[in-house]
Formats: sequence, C-alpha cells, structure tokens
Amino acid sequence: MTKGKQLSVSAIRNGTVIDHIPAKNLFRVISILGLDKFDHQITFGTNLDSTKLGQKAIIKVSEKTFVGDEINRIALVAPEARLNFIKDYEVVEKSIVKVPLEISGITKCVNPKCITNNEDVMTKFHVINKNGEISLKCHYCEKITDQEHMSAEI
Amino acid sequence: MNHRNLVSINDFSKEEILRIVELAAEFENNPKPGLLNGKVIATLFFEPSTRTRLSFESAVNRLGGRIVGFTDASSSSTSKGESLKDTILTVNNYSDLIVMRHPLEGAALYASEVSSIPIVNAGDGANQHPTQTLLDLYSIKKTQGSLENMNIFLVGDLKYGRTVHSLLMAMSHFNATFNFISPPELRMPDEYKMHLDNLGLKYYEHSDFTDIISRADIVYMTRVQRERFSDPMEYEKVKNVYVLKKEMLENTKANMKVLHPLPRVNEISTDVDDSEKAYYFTQALNGVYTRQAIIASLLGLIK
Repeated sequence: MTKGKQLSVSAIRNGTVIDHIPAKNLFRVISILGLDKFDHQITFGTNLDSTKLGQKAIIKVSEKTFVGDEINRIALVAPEARLNFIKDYEVVEKSIVKVPLEISGITKCVNPKCITNNEDVMTKFHVINKNGEISLKCHYCEKITDQEHMSAEI
Repeated sequence: MNHRNLVSINDFSKEEILRIVELAAEFENNPKPGLLNGKVIATLFFEPSTRTRLSFESAVNRLGGRIVGFTDASSSSTSKGESLKDTILTVNNYSDLIVMRHPLEGAALYASEVSSIPIVNAGDGANQHPTQTLLDLYSIKKTQGSLENMNIFLVGDLKYGRTVHSLLMAMSHFNATFNFISPPELRMPDEYKMHLDNLGLKYYEHSDFTDIISRADIVYMTRVQRERFSDPMEYEKVKNVYVLKKEMLENTKANMKVLHPLPRVNEISTDVDDSEKAYYFTQALNGVYTRQAIIASLLGLIK
C-alpha cells in the first residue's frame, strides 16, 4: 500500500490478505473458503476501485494461512486473486491463485441426469482451461459445465 | 489389458481397442466353453434393455458361467430406496464381475469406484455404452479386414445418439472420414466435430444421402425418433428421408456394409435384409463374441 493512502480495510497482525477479488464474487469466495464458519476475525471491503477489475473486493483473514490446494478452489470465481501472507503486520510471502487440474465439491454438475445430482456422490470435475476461459468436465457423466452455469450453483 | 473395468470407450487407447477386437475374433474362431466355469456374473439392469441383457447372458452362458441379477429396478431394492453404492457393495459378495445398465449418467463410473470387482458398463443414460462400440468395431474389422481409412456414414439422430458419438470417438483413432447425414435439428454436436478438427480428420455434413452413398464403406443407421422433435410437422417432413431402401444399395461399393445397433423400426426397409450388404443381425452376433472377450479379459482369464 502506498504511503499516505488510507487503508480501506484495516491491517491485520497475522493471517492472509486476499486481494483482487471481483466485487460481484466476494460472497462466493467467502462461501467456497468456508469463511462464514470461521472463528477468527475477518474484515472485508467491497466495491473498491481497481484499475484492473473495475470494482474489486478484498478479504483479510486473521490467524489463518491457506495451504496447498485450499486456496486454488477460488480460481473459478477469482482467477486474478493475489494472496499476501502477513506476520506482525509485514508481508512475509506472496502468492497467486493457480487454476487446479481437478476440482471437487464446489459446484453441482449441470446435467440433471448425472449420478452426482441423484445419489449421495461428491461432484468431481476435470478443469478445462481454454485461453483463460474455465469450464468443467464432469468426471462422472462427462458433460461440460460452463462458467455461466457454475456461478448459478455456487 | 490394464483396465479392471470397462466404463467409457474414451478410457481405451487404440492398442487396447485393437486387442479387444482381436480377442473377439479368437472367441469366434475358437469357442472356449469352460472358460467361466465356477464364475458368477451379475447382470444388474436398473432399466430394462432386453437385447443387451440377452447378449451378455448368452456370452456368459456359452462360456459356462452362471448369472445372477435383475432385469429392471422395480424388482430390486432400488425401488425401496437403496443407494447404488449399497447395491454394488452387496452384489460384490455374490459375484465375480458386474454388468450394469443404469438410467443415470456416470452411474457405472461411480459403481467402479466403490466396487471391489470389475464393472462393465452396459449403458449409463445417454452417456456411454462401450460394449456396443467395441462390437461395432469388431464388425467393421471383420467385414473390411481393417479399421484404417474407412469412409463412415452416420445416418439419423446424430445429436442424441450415444452409439454414434462413441463410434466416432473410437474410429477417430483409425484415420476415418465421416459423413454425417441427419435432419438439421439432430446434427452432430460441435464437441465431436471439434474433436475431429483437432485430429485433422475430415467430415462432411449432409441432409440427404441418396446421391453420395456410393462412397461409403460403412453405413451406420440409427432411428430418428418422433419425440426428439419439438415441432411434429418437422418430424413428418423428414421421417422418410432417413430411411435406407433397397434401390439405394445399387451403386454402392462391393465391400459396403449396413450396420444398425438395433432395435430397428422403419429406418431400414425390410427388403434390405436379403442383401448381402445388410449386416445388422450378424453385428448382433458379433456382440456375443465381443462381450466374451471383454469379460474374460477383465477377469484376467486371457491376456
């Protein structure tokens, strides 16, 4: 953050800052990461100006460091997201979201006749990344769920 | 074969497909009546499909195996609300291999993930029916001597027809040229055309085939069903265009064969049946050998 510019969302001591979330997808990110059931302090700001995204959102999660593929689950709705890991108010590590090859349990399959929509089966998709446009091929019924239908279900 | 299950034709490489086709020929030429002695095969038909079930049961019986199972979901515990997983885990105790037909797509793959014994997919909704595809390939190999460089005519409902989609995927390993003949409402979906584009394979789309049938090596007929049309007038307009009649065979290639997954309704005139180019009933017989090859191979009884 540039000096002299006031923080829209106050700093955290330890934890993770997730920046560059498209404003319209803020609550999906919260829900995908399970932050609605999180015990520690969370602050967020939305509809903030962003030269890149137009309007962005930012989430600051105290006392939580995301590991492994945990954070990549938000790639479908916030592919440009940046992560800053904070310790004693300092950024100790930066990271970007990577689109995973496989994804489980985030969205429903678009096909009403898919086994996952009819039996107690966790959804699983193979991620198809075509020039940055993400779609999901169902591991079970092989049907494609595109971005538009994903957002409707998340 | 490395596979433990046969769920989707798309899981099989060119070599694996060729191996099954070779084995089918071996079962035809050298019957192995005692191969399944002492084995129990379960045929779980969550929706009825008499033709497919009889073919599998004939294949098993001719190899000396025993069969347990049900012919539709109303005579199984599914009608009492039992989950697919529970049915599969229970039947695991009673048999050595499961052949299953299910109305839901992805059911066979899910079953294969929970099952401790091999699963053969005998049709999962509109998704996959790989044993049909493999018997189609065996039929092509047997009649043409090779699977390479065929000119394949796919006729009828190319939009919803699972058999033509799987046949296209399988034949795309063998440098085939495709001619798609269908009403505009029932054209081949873009994803399959894109697949051919990616491989650099040629395909052509037509709405009639009377004038071009002379180029075909294989004419694969499917049924155009009335219920696929939102406008009944459209169906009435096209219902006789996608019918193969005897006089259309006159100038066709000597090696040309007519295939059909059956059941036929009226899309092949009955006078075609007497032609030596009509192959659909022998194709059904080939299904028995192909299914013997698949079952024996998944059980590890032949290499």
